Amino acid sequence: MDELTVSDGGWAAAAVAARDSYGRLLALLSASTGDLAAAEDALADAFERALRSWPGQGVPASPDGWLLTVARNRLRDLWKSAHWQRTGPLDVQRDAPVHLDDLDLDAIPDRRLELMLVCAHPAIERAVHTPLMLNTVLGFTADQVGRVFSVPTSTMATRLVRAKRRIKATRIPFRIPDRGDLPGRMTAVLEAVYGAYVIDWTTTGPEARQLPTEALHLAEVLTTLVPDDPEAHGLAALVQLSSARQPARLDDHGRFVPLGEQDPSRWDDRLIRRAYAHLHAAHARGQVGRFQLEAAVQAVHCARRETGSTDWPALLELHRALHAVAPSLGGAVAYAVATAEVDGPAAGLARLDELLTVAGDRTRRFQPARAARAHLLERLGRHGEAADAYASAIDLTHDPAERAHLQHRLSLLPG
Amino acid sequence: MRYALLIHYREPGQGELSDEVVAEARAAFDAYGRALVSAGVLLAADVLQPTAATTTVTRRDGDLRVQDGPFAETREALAGVFLLDVPDLDAAIGWAEKCPAAQWGVVEVRPSATAIVDGVWTS
Repeated sequence: MDELTVSDGGWAAAAVAARDSYGRLLALLSASTGDLAAAEDALADAFERALRSWPGQGVPASPDGWLLTVARNRLRDLWKSAHWQRTGPLDVQRDAPVHLDDLDLDAIPDRRLELMLVCAHPAIERAVHTPLMLNTVLGFTADQVGRVFSVPTSTMATRLVRAKRRIKATRIPFRIPDRGDLPGRMTAVLEAVYGAYVIDWTTTGPEARQLPTEALHLAEVLTTLVPDDPEAHGLAALVQLSSARQPARLDDHGRFVPLGEQDPSRWDDRLIRRAYAHLHAAHARGQVGRFQLEAAVQAVHCARRETGSTDWPALLELHRALHAVAPSLGGAVAYAVATAEVDGPAAGLARLDELLTVAGDRTRRFQPARAARAHLLERLGRHGEAADAYASAIDLTHDPAERAHLQHRLSLLPG
Repeated sequence: MRYALLIHYREPGQGELSDEVVAEARAAFDAYGRALVSAGVLLAADVLQPTAATTTVTRRDGDLRVQDGPFAETREALAGVFLLDVPDLDAAIGWAEKCPAAQWGVVEVRPSATAIVDGVWTS
């Protein structure tokens, strides 16, 4: 399967369809036994047979139905084998995911939400939630997932195998939990999807990935599975709006362009419109949450495309609400920056220092706080302090383009 | 599927707990036991005597060694075992959550690998 990228039309659609099939089939094949590894093997075998027989015999009317039948027969062979008889007696009729004659694609149930809940189960180590989702729900290989997290393939493969073994051994159920448990479990699912969108650096906190195509897809899938969950729509909108601005993040010379100076005509119109649709769907539920607020912040920034200016008072309100709902270091810094735009740099700096004091020691090595402080001190004409703040921000910056930008700003300081 | 709920907590010192606290804990365990029985999920339940009553036996090094005390001195000690038969991990976690000892200690939920059922080992 090809990598999905933000804007390559037809191929992207084909890749999305293939990944949708993969996740749906794997969820069905593994749901009754919890044995993801066996289901993956069976599904891989079915795909291999499809590659061999479809070119000659033509693609069947229901490719998914075909793949499911072949994979399920593979699983049945496995269940009947001596090894399985020894290790786990199974009622083949009861445990078969769907009946043989049930091959209408529309009738194939979608159990990917159950699969996502399993991936983000509290008994699974948090750091594995997102990799497991990318691997099982979207079918990315350990190698591809490892690249997303900058982890060697073998390390990622070991983590995935261990998690799958645990799902089976402890019998984590493929089931939507009771109403009382569902909100907490959904929060974990949303956070795992969010984890595909950001890299959580120790110094900069969660930072949007440059090409979060896996997150774009995962978030879209989630909104189709829980269309009534406003936070799922909020998360999809957040990922889309922030991805939409990627093309404008660097100028023609590869230099970093801060959000306020970006050329809105370079933003991805298709993604922005899709995000607005998600925000409308979320808003209709009348229940605000963290991801909707973060998406709303992004939407206000993107609105500059139509209005030509940034509505800072609206941003200040949103950041205030976000800080109340889901306080975070990154959120605190953005809140202070919005304060500076509305009430001036002195007020912004005061808020920044106040919020950082509350957050304590870890803020000293938090890059966005250093960078924001440097900008505010510069605007207040406190150039000596600004230079120190720029220097420490530069030390903490991972992104080469952003580091070059900060070095440039530092070089422009008088005296 | 069979799960063991292994209860661990710091053993209270002599006279550390008042009679009321002990009576409350007993009442809570009583209600918990009745809930497990009426749900039809309980296979066995034991709350253990303090580690002071433990004797450790091993032939690991060849000779028989019988020793006074637990094999590992830990701040929190194994204090009880509940064996349940429930459909899945979520159900087991649900019962662990309701265990009174979760209020003052930790409950380890561990699936059984193999067990004797009707006189023979079965998995």
